[in-house]
Amino acid sequence: MGLLIKGGMVVDPSQALEDQRDVLIDTGRISALEPPGVIPTDGHQVIEASNLVISPGLIDMHVHFREPGEEYKETMASGGQAAAAGGFTAVATMPNTRPVNDNAALTSYILAKARQAGGPRVYPVAAISQGSQGEKLAEYGDLQAAGAVALSDDGRPVTNPQLMRRALEYARNFGMLIISHCEDLHLSGSGVMHEGLVSLQLGLIGIPAAAEEVMVFRDLTLARLTGGRLHIAHVSTAGSVALIRQAKASGLPVTAETAPHYFSLTDEAVRGFNTNAKMYPPLRQAEDVAAIREGLADGTIDCIATDHAPHSSLEKDVEFAVAAKGIIGLETSLGLTLKLVQEGVLSLKAAIERLSTAPARILEVPGGSLAPGAAADVTLIDPNLTWQVEVNKFKSKSRNSPFQGWELPGRAVMTIVGGEIIYTEGGR
Amino acid sequence: MPWPETQAIRKDMPVSFRRKDLLGIADLTPEEIQLILDTAVSFKEILTREIKKVPTLRGKTVVTLFYEPSTRTRTSFEIAAKRLSADTVNLSISASSVVKGETLGDTADNLEAMRPDIIIIRHSASGAPHFLATRLKSSIVNAGDGLHEHPTQALLDLLTVREAKGRLDGLKIAIIGDIAHSRVARSDIQGFIKMGSQVTVCGPGPMLPPYLEALGTKVSRSLPEAVAGADVVMMLRLQLERQQQMYFSTLREYARFFGLSLAHLKLAREDALVMHPGPLNRGVEIAPEVADGPQSVILDQVTNGVAVRMAILYLLTGGEPSGTAH
Repeated sequence: MGLLIKGGMVVDPSQALEDQRDVLIDTGRISALEPPGVIPTDGHQVIEASNLVISPGLIDMHVHFREPGEEYKETMASGGQAAAAGGFTAVATMPNTRPVNDNAALTSYILAKARQAGGPRVYPVAAISQGSQGEKLAEYGDLQAAGAVALSDDGRPVTNPQLMRRALEYARNFGMLIISHCEDLHLSGSGVMHEGLVSLQLGLIGIPAAAEEVMVFRDLTLARLTGGRLHIAHVSTAGSVALIRQAKASGLPVTAETAPHYFSLTDEAVRGFNTNAKMYPPLRQAEDVAAIREGLADGTIDCIATDHAPHSSLEKDVEFAVAAKGIIGLETSLGLTLKLVQEGVLSLKAAIERLSTAPARILEVPGGSLAPGAAADVTLIDPNLTWQVEVNKFKSKSRNSPFQGWELPGRAVMTIVGGEIIYTEGGR
Repeated sequence: MPWPETQAIRKDMPVSFRRKDLLGIADLTPEEIQLILDTAVSFKEILTREIKKVPTLRGKTVVTLFYEPSTRTRTSFEIAAKRLSADTVNLSISASSVVKGETLGDTADNLEAMRPDIIIIRHSASGAPHFLATRLKSSIVNAGDGLHEHPTQALLDLLTVREAKGRLDGLKIAIIGDIAHSRVARSDIQGFIKMGSQVTVCGPGPMLPPYLEALGTKVSRSLPEAVAGADVVMMLRLQLERQQQMYFSTLREYARFFGLSLAHLKLAREDALVMHPGPLNRGVEIAPEVADGPQSVILDQVTNGVAVRMAILYLLTGGEPSGTAH
C-alpha cells in the first residue's frame, strides 16, 4: 500500500513542472507522478491536497543543532521537530558543537542521535581544521566515510589564507564542498552589529560590510587557484553579491546561500538594543537587502539557508554587547520566503528551487525532486494560510527570533521524509 | 519652606515631563530639554544659599549603580540627590566581579525589590540603562552607557552654553577628538542640533566613524577649519589605550594636530567658550593655558552638572514637593 497525495499543485523545479499532479509514494520513493485522477486510489492511503502546493522536501543546508555540548539550547530531536514543522525534510548541521565535529566518531554520534530522533534527514558538516582552530587540516576522508557531506569552520572563520588554500586543495581528493563563513576577524574586531548609521547612533561597535567582502574575494580567488568547490555561507552584503555574480560570470563553479533575515530585516531591527536582532554576519542596510533580493532573483545566490542558531535566555536576556550572536530560523524560513513570492521578488517555483532543489544539488544529496524514482521527501504547503509568528509555539527549544508577531503568508502543513509523515500541521 | 520656585515653573511650563526614565537625548523633544534647563536654572539658586538643601525628595531613595569607575559623575548625582533630601545609596560594581557574579538583570531585580525610586546607572555596555528601564518600575537615569549616550552631560553642556551665550540656536559648536568612542559626543551632537545649533566634529580619521553627516553634523579633518568662527569649542578626553588600537599615531602628534592650543583658539570667535567633559589630559587634547584661560568654562560645567541632575531627579519623581500638602 502506498501513499497517494491527490488534488494538489505540484511545483517541482527539477522538472520545470508547475501543474496539477497526483503523487504516489511507495517504499520510500516517488513511484508515480501523474495528472489528476490517473493514478487509481484503491489500496492507497490518500492525502487530500486540494489547494495545497506539493513541493519536493525543503532542505536547510545551514543549521546549528547544539548536540553534543549545549543540549539546553537545542538537541537533534528538538531541532529535527523544528525543521519538520518548518517543512524541512533535511538539514545540514554545522560542526561548532562542543566538542567540534572534526572527527569520524563525532560525525557518527550525530548521525546516531539523528536516527534515534527520527525526524528529517541530517547531513553533518564537519570542520575544515582540527578543533576549528584554524591550524591543521581535519581528516576529510575519514569524515566523509562517516557521513559528513561538507566542510566548514562556520562561526570560527578561517583566518589563515594558506589554510583555506590547503583545505580547498585537499577537499578535492574527496570531492567535498568547502562552506566558507566569510568574515575578516580583524576587521570585524569587537563589532557587535553592522557598521552604519544605526551603530553610530546606538553607540555599538560596527562590523563593516568590508569584513565580509574582503573574505568573499579571498575565497573566490583561492577557489580559482585551487579548483576546489566553494560555497559562500550566509551572504549579507551588496558587495558580496556583486563579487559572486562576477565570479560566476567568469565561469567559477561557486555557489552561495543567504538567510531569510538578510532579505527581511535591516540593521534598524537592532534599535532598542534587541538582542534577537544580533547575529554574524549582522543585519545590514536597505541597499544590501535590495541587493540580496536581486541576487536571489537572478540566481547569483543559489539557495536560502537559515543559519538556525538557537540560544537560551541565558545568552540573550543580557546586555547587547555580551549577548550571543545568532537567531533561530527553521520555523519562519518558508513563510518569509513566501513573503518574497507575495512581494513579487521570486516566483513560487524559484522560491521552491532556492529552498529545495538547489541545496540538494549543492550538497549532492537525495531530494529536491518529485521525479519518479526520487526519494519520497515531500513538503505540502498551504500558500493561503496566513499565520502569526508566536515563538512560544515553536518546536525549537529556543525562542530567539526577531520575527515574533509577524504575519507570514503560507506554511508547511505536512512534511514527509522517505515516505514517512514526520509532521502534520494542527493534527491534520 | 516648601519649594515655590519650581512649583511656579511647573505651572507656567508649556510642556510637562511625563517620562519614567531619562535614557538619552535621542528621546527628548526640544521642549523637554528646555524644561529641564529651565528647571535646572531655578535649582542653581539653591547652590548659592548658605543652607544648600531643600526637602523636595524627602522619603525618596536614589541608588547610584556604577559599573565603571567615575568620581565626578557619581559625586555630582549624589550631591544633587542629597541637596533634594533624598536618601542615597552608592553601589560600585567592578567589571571583574561582574564576570564571576550575577547578571545585570538579577542585580537590577534585587535592587528593585528594595523599592528604590530612582536608579542611576553607568555601564560599559551601550543599552544597559534601556535593559533596566524595560525591566523595572523604578525610574532609570542613564549616567553613561558604553559609547551610546551620556544625557546629563549633554544637558549640563547645553545649560552652560545657554547661560554664557543667552541662547542655543544659531551657535556654531565644534566638537574635537575621539568622536567614535565618545558617548558625550553622541549626546552633545543630538542635544545641540535639537536646540538649533550647528555642530562640526573633527578628529583623527579613525575616530570619525562613517555616517556622521547623517546625524546632521559637519565633519572636518582639520582642527583649524573646525574651530574657525566657532562659538564653542568642546574638547573630548583622549583615551590613551586607543593608540594600541591604531586610532592615532603618537601622543605627541595627537597634541600637535588635534589638541587645542592658544593659537588654535584664536581662530574661533573672540568670545568662544572652551569646554571639556573632564577629566583633562592636560597637554594632550588641551593646552594648560587654554584649560585655565579666561574662555574656559570647564568648572562651570561641573557646577551646572549638579543643577541639571537636581532638575532630572525632581522631574522624574513627578515634580511634587515631598512633605507638603496636596
